[in-house]
Amino acid sequence: MAKKPVTFMLNGSERAAFAEEGLNLLEFLRRAVGDLSPKYGCGQGTCGACTVIIDGETHLSCLTMAEAVQGRKVETASGLANGKVHPLQEAFMEHFAAQCGYCTPGMLMSAKVLLDHNPSPSRAEVIEAISGNLCRCTGYEPIIDAILATANTRRLA
Amino acid sequence: MRVESYNTLAEAARAMGPDAVFMAGGTLVMRDVNAGTSAGRVVRSADPALTEIRATGDGFSLGSGVTMARVLAHRDLAFLAPVARAVGGPQVRNMATIGGNIFAHHPYGDFAVALLALGARVVLAGQGGAKPLDDLLRERGRSGGTSPIVASIEVPRPRDPRAFGFVKVSRIKPKGVSVMSIAVNLPRDGGRMRGARVAFGAMGPAPLRASAVERVLEGQSLDAATIARAAQLASDGLDPPTDALASAWYRREVAGTHLRRLLEKMERG
Ligand SMILES: Cc1cc2nc3c(=O)[nH]c(=O)nc-3n(C[C@H](O)[C@H](O)[C@H](O)COP(=O)(O)OP(=O)(O)OC[C@H]3O[C@@H](n4cnc5c(N)ncnc54)[C@H](O)[C@@H]3O)c2cc1C
Ligand code: FES
Ligand code: FES
Repeated sequence: MAKKPVTFMLNGSERAAFAEEGLNLLEFLRRAVGDLSPKYGCGQGTCGACTVIIDGETHLSCLTMAEAVQGRKVETASGLANGKVHPLQEAFMEHFAAQCGYCTPGMLMSAKVLLDHNPSPSRAEVIEAISGNLCRCTGYEPIIDAILATANTRRLA
Repeated sequence: MRVESYNTLAEAARAMGPDAVFMAGGTLVMRDVNAGTSAGRVVRSADPALTEIRATGDGFSLGSGVTMARVLAHRDLAFLAPVARAVGGPQVRNMATIGGNIFAHHPYGDFAVALLALGARVVLAGQGGAKPLDDLLRERGRSGGTSPIVASIEVPRPRDPRAFGFVKVSRIKPKGVSVMSIAVNLPRDGGRMRGARVAFGAMGPAPLRASAVERVLEGQSLDAATIARAAQLASDGLDPPTDALASAWYRREVAGTHLRRLLEKMERG
């Protein structure tokens, strides 16, 4: 199978790797680039564990062709911590918003884009923002609380 | 499998063939690619015309590659916002295109249902002129040969925003798939409905018009008696499937109730 070179920005650094024809971005990031933070849950768009941010919008990496990110900016959960953990990660720990943790990287991506666009979301807006991310452990309440708490702390800061 | 990317839509259209599938947002095509069941060639295009939104004399010309998120972000398309919001979760809406929605299989195609009720017309790549979406949906999947690429969609603006109504019935909130979706466009002239259009999704092999309901509404005012008659005929001529969400029987049974509630809500204004 032919391989195509893909050059893109990953969490602020330029990266280049080869993608087999038709390879999805999730497999590309995990296997060719070595970023293991986006998770494989379903490969069908239903679970959201593979959520990444492309040019400021959340996308499902399992349904994105790797070559489509040529020249674009991709952000993943592994880029959140910058010297110290990101306020969202801090809040997720404090509120027990991760149990098995499999949904967490995707949840963090959806939460980050929400707070970037809307610094003081309502509870309903938080629920809407994570409606494309399934969690089989927490029952969602701790996750919603963690996101709302992050917004509150930021407002006070 | 081969992936071919073309700078222009015209080139992409020429590259299509019985062994090729066009990929827009990819939310459905990539599932097949991941499963190894897609067509031998996947054709893509980065033509900027695909994502153009233009106001025209009586409405809008929307590039087929416009996403649900773009529709939601556009102030003049507010009448379509409730429809775009009904499609998937946030990530899906950032990827899913309106062109792809026209070809989405059951139970998908909620946006196409609204386009059908609004009397949208489609412009095919490499072909002049626009044709009714009705015709494209009827032909969809029937021809075994090369499938056409939709370049843009012409959507008439409802003269009165209150003339357009949409509801998606699902079991999981906020992002379950459709038990059915219903869109109605009821332009009124001196209180009487003229050119009423009613469309159902997930009630047949593709979004369908409910002609019996349209006939009942035509020329009438939207009152309790008319609504009751429309509700009675709701599933007339539709061909609902049985799936994991609901049986064909159930869909027929509840179609009238959901149509009645939507019309009553519109009557209240
Ligand atoms: C988790 C999830 C939830 C979803 N929820 C919904 C929902 O609630 N409602 C709903 O309606 N859909 C839903 N979908 C289905 C899908 O996302 C949408 O229907 C979407 O609009 C399809 O567009 P796309 O650009 O992703 O299509 P693609 O996957 O790119 O293409 C889909 C089909 O359309 C054809 N096609 C695409 N563009 C064109 C064009 N311009 N001309 C000709 N043919 C074309 C393709 O060849 C293919 O057959 C969901 C999907 C997922 C994964
Ligand atoms: S792995 Fe992408 S949505 Fe589940
Ligand atoms: S913490 Fe286990 S799936 Fe969410």
